[in-house]
Amino acid sequence: MNVLVCVKRVPLTGGKIVLTDDERAISTRHLGFTVSPHEECGAEEAVRLIEQHGGASTVLTLGPPEAEEQLRDMMALGIDRAVHLVTDDSNEWDPQATATAIVEAIEAQPEPPDLILFGNESADAGNYQVAIRVAHKLGLPVVTGIKGIEVQDDGRVRLEQEMPGGRDVYELPMPAVVTVKEGLNLPRYPSVPGRLRAKRKPVDGTTPTRVGGPQSKLEMVRLVLPPGSGKQTEVLGSGADAAPAVVNVLSELGLV
Amino acid sequence: MILVFAERSDDELFRQALAFANGLGDDVRAVGIDDSGGYSPDGCGAALARLVSEREPRAVLAPGTDRGNEVLAHVAAMLDLPMAANCTAATPGDPFTLTRVRWGGSLLEEARLHGSPALLTVAPHAVAAADAGVEVEMIPEAEGARVRVSERVETVTAGVSLADADVVVSGGRGVGSAEGFAVIEELAALLGAAVGCSRAVTSAGWRPHTDQVGQTGTKISPSLYIACGISGATQHMAGCKGAKKLMAINPDNEASIFASADYAVIGDLHEVVPAISAEIRKTRGAG
Repeated sequence: MNVLVCVKRVPLTGGKIVLTDDERAISTRHLGFTVSPHEECGAEEAVRLIEQHGGASTVLTLGPPEAEEQLRDMMALGIDRAVHLVTDDSNEWDPQATATAIVEAIEAQPEPPDLILFGNESADAGNYQVAIRVAHKLGLPVVTGIKGIEVQDDGRVRLEQEMPGGRDVYELPMPAVVTVKEGLNLPRYPSVPGRLRAKRKPVDGTTPTRVGGPQSKLEMVRLVLPPGSGKQTEVLGSGADAAPAVVNVLSELGLV
Repeated sequence: MILVFAERSDDELFRQALAFANGLGDDVRAVGIDDSGGYSPDGCGAALARLVSEREPRAVLAPGTDRGNEVLAHVAAMLDLPMAANCTAATPGDPFTLTRVRWGGSLLEEARLHGSPALLTVAPHAVAAADAGVEVEMIPEAEGARVRVSERVETVTAGVSLADADVVVSGGRGVGSAEGFAVIEELAALLGAAVGCSRAVTSAGWRPHTDQVGQTGTKISPSLYIACGISGATQHMAGCKGAKKLMAINPDNEASIFASADYAVIGDLHEVVPAISAEIRKTRGAG
C-alpha cells in the first residue's frame, strides 16, 4: 500500500512567544523548528503501516525552502520519499490555497496513495480544515481526530476516535483521508543510520500555484499576545523547608 | 439570520456558541441534526450546507468542539467558503473582522474573513454561556453520507479522570524517569488528585499519552494544579490555563512556569515533593 502523510514546519516555541516587529509572525531568531505533534504521530504511523503491509511511504509539506529540514526528519523516522511544495512568499497560505496545492501534488503522484494522513490541526494556525478540504476535492471519505488505525485484509480501514467515555469506531474503504491525534502511537527516536539514510532519500521539489492570488480569504491582520495572567506569585520557600508553608496553603484550600 | 449548529457533545460549549451568536446583533436560530442512525460528519455537513442555500444566513456558527470544527469544515469545503476556527470575538460586516485562537490559546490572531455566509467556530470559554432553554430546530441528515460511526467502545477508567479532576499533580522532564513518578503518585494519592505530566514525559515513554496535559493532550480546569519539574512551555500551558490555582515546584527560579503560578517553591521536586507528603501525613496524624 501507499501512505502519504502531510506535515507542517512550525517553530519550537518554548516558554515565551515573541512577535516580529510587524506583528505578523513569531520571532524565530532564537528558536528551532519541528512539525506539529499530531503530524509526527502521523509519520510514525505511516512507517509502521508500511513495515506491516509493505509498500511505500511519502511525506509532503507546503512551506519555505527551510522546511526540507522537517522532511529529512520524517525520512529519518523511516519515510521513503518526500514532496516539497516550496513557497517563497512571506504571506501565510490560507487553508483553501493550501488544500488546493496539496490536491494538485497528490494528483501528480505516480502511484495514488491508499491512505492520506494529516494532523488533526496544526500546532500554530489550528485551522482544523485542510484535510477535509483535500478529501472533498479528491472525492474521498475523511475521518478526523483518530487515535487507532488498523488496515484490514479486505482493503478497508478501521479507525478509532476518542470521545468522552469511550471510543467511536469508523470503517472506511480505501483510499481515504484520515486526521490523527498525538497518542495514536509513540514516535520512535530516529537512529543514526536512519538519519544518514534520510540524507540520501529523494525530495521532489515543486513550486505550487497559489489559487486566489496572494490575498487570503481568511486574511491575517496581525498577531496579538494574550494579556498576561496578572497573577501575584507567592513564593512559599526553597527546597524541603518549604513543605510546612505548602501544607498551610493546601489546608486553606481545604485539601489537608 | 445567524444559524448556530447545535453540536451537543458539550452542552456548555454549545450555549457559549449561542451567546457568541447573540452578540452579533441578528436573529439567531439553533439547528440540530438528527443522528439517531449514528453520527456522520459528511451527512451533517451536507445537511447544514443545504440549509445555508435555502435560508441564506449571514453567518453559520458552531461550538469549537472536535465535532463542531469537523462539521463546519465539511460545510466550508462543500460550499468552497473560508472558515475561521476557534474565534474569541467577531464583528459582522463585509468582511467579518474577528479574533481567533492560535497555538492552543498562547497567541491570538486578528483576521478578516472574506466570504458569505461567514463560517465561524467559537473558541471554548471565550464568552459566558447563554441560558438554557433555547429552541433547537431538528433537521434530518442529508442523504448520501459516506462516513458514519459504526460502533461505540465504552472505556472504563479507574480512579479520578484527568479531565474532570479537582486537583491534578503533574510531573515534567525534571522527574527524570518513569520510576521517578512514585513521589508524584504518592502526593496525588494523599490529595485524592489525578496524576498528569508534560509532553516531554510522554515523548520519553515514561507515562502514557492519556496522562499528558497540554495543547495536544488533555485540557484541564482543576481547582488546584501542582506542576512539578515542568518548565512551562506554551504546549503545556495551553492545557492547564483553566486551572484556578497553580503551584509550581522547579529548581530554576527563571522557569517560565513561575510567571503563571499563584504559589512557587524553588527546589528539586525529588526533595520538595516527598517533604510535602511527609508534612501532610504529620498534619493529619496530629489532627
